[in-house]
Amino acid sequence: MDYNWDWLILFKQSVTGEGLYGVMLLKGLGWTLVISLASWIVALALGIALGVGRTLPNRWVRWPVTVYVHVFRNTPLLVQLFLWYFVVPELLPPAWGDAIKQMDSTLEQLLAVLLCLTLYTAAKAAEQVRTGIESVAAGQRQAGTALGLSTLGLYKHVLLPQALRIVIPPLTSDFMNVFKNSAVALTIGLMELTGMSREISEFSAHPFEAFTAATLAYMLITLAVVWLMRTIEVRTRVPGLLGA
Amino acid sequence: MPYSFDWSSILRAWPYLLDGLGMTAFLVVVAMAGGIVLGTGLALARTFGPKPLAVAAAGYVNFFRSVPLILTIFWVFFLVPVVLRAITGDPYLTVGPIWSALAAFILAESAYYCEIIRAGIGSVRRDQLRAAQALGLTGFQSMLHVVLPQAFRNMAPSLVNQSVALLKDTSLVYVISLTDFLGAASAIGQRDGRMVELYLFAAAVYLALCSLGVWAVGRLQSTRSRHA
Repeated sequence: MDYNWDWLILFKQSVTGEGLYGVMLLKGLGWTLVISLASWIVALALGIALGVGRTLPNRWVRWPVTVYVHVFRNTPLLVQLFLWYFVVPELLPPAWGDAIKQMDSTLEQLLAVLLCLTLYTAAKAAEQVRTGIESVAAGQRQAGTALGLSTLGLYKHVLLPQALRIVIPPLTSDFMNVFKNSAVALTIGLMELTGMSREISEFSAHPFEAFTAATLAYMLITLAVVWLMRTIEVRTRVPGLLGA
Repeated sequence: MPYSFDWSSILRAWPYLLDGLGMTAFLVVVAMAGGIVLGTGLALARTFGPKPLAVAAAGYVNFFRSVPLILTIFWVFFLVPVVLRAITGDPYLTVGPIWSALAAFILAESAYYCEIIRAGIGSVRRDQLRAAQALGLTGFQSMLHVVLPQAFRNMAPSLVNQSVALLKDTSLVYVISLTDFLGAASAIGQRDGRMVELYLFAAAVYLALCSLGVWAVGRLQSTRSRHA
């Protein structure tokens, strides 16, 4: 192949005057980490609340949550991002919409991406939490009720302590997916890792070095997530369960 | 002044939107077929292959599962022309975005399908393979006629689920400016200044299609539990 590999490209000045290509890439990585971690933490809390909501006996709670989870799991992430970025500001009261449009453009993009990733990931997490709660043996729920526990007490002392530990392995892939999904941010102009590597490939005419660097960064993130979740899983393992 | 809706753009542009939907359907069907075939090969390699082959297949799967699909699309979009030019020796060869997108989806989705198919193969009892061998079937025959038919029946719901995910993922071809359904809706919305209506409409169509898939999964699961 007549492609000139040149790894030193990452240490060259960008033609746009934004500094070294390698530093641009690191900035992109920074955005990816910030967006993903912030969305994940909120999504996890929201997902647990929603997952509990889906298993509650009260149908006025259960139904809205079920609809939310269904809608957010069954539309493409990119469509959701466009809805938050292009559509919602138009539908808000005009004063709010104008305030959003007058914001700093990076802040506006960041807001849309965070909302989008958080609500999408929360719907996925809610489904895992619901499965986890339902997988705790039915006898435990009945035993808790027989002991006179209120619904709150039942969830707090019996169901959640077990369910949350059971769902750690399936949540690992959701956690990995947040980092991968954060790449959609590039479509509205937020230059995270993938977007930055694409930009560098345009400016430097060395696409494969930039893509290789981004790919390695994503693989490292994946390894870190797997290691972290595995550590948590081992620490919180439920005694007496197979596979736990 | 609150937003005043005007849905007439959608009515006027429906042939274009339908073309976009056709592209989405084409991507889903071809990527699904290619992904399942390649995924089956990978799953067989991981389960029954010799050690080096199994490790290579596992590496492939883990690689594609840890990289964002958009990055895979970029990789293929830029790499495939370079490789093909080197092979054919034609320096002006170009590859349309549609073929790049298909290649990227087949490569990436096969990794996801592989894991589902591997679980499906794992759900078939080992005795079945032994019985097939005792009947004198070759390894290939026992896979094709004994193990895989049972495995596919067990994993049908997961396969449909993954295909719903694939349908959602095809919208990412937006990044290489291939006009699928979302691309068509986006183009019309920008042309007519009606992004609100077009994106809401696109969301509704994707939601309807995915809901159909979810319903099919439910049907498959209930039929299976009735026969079990």
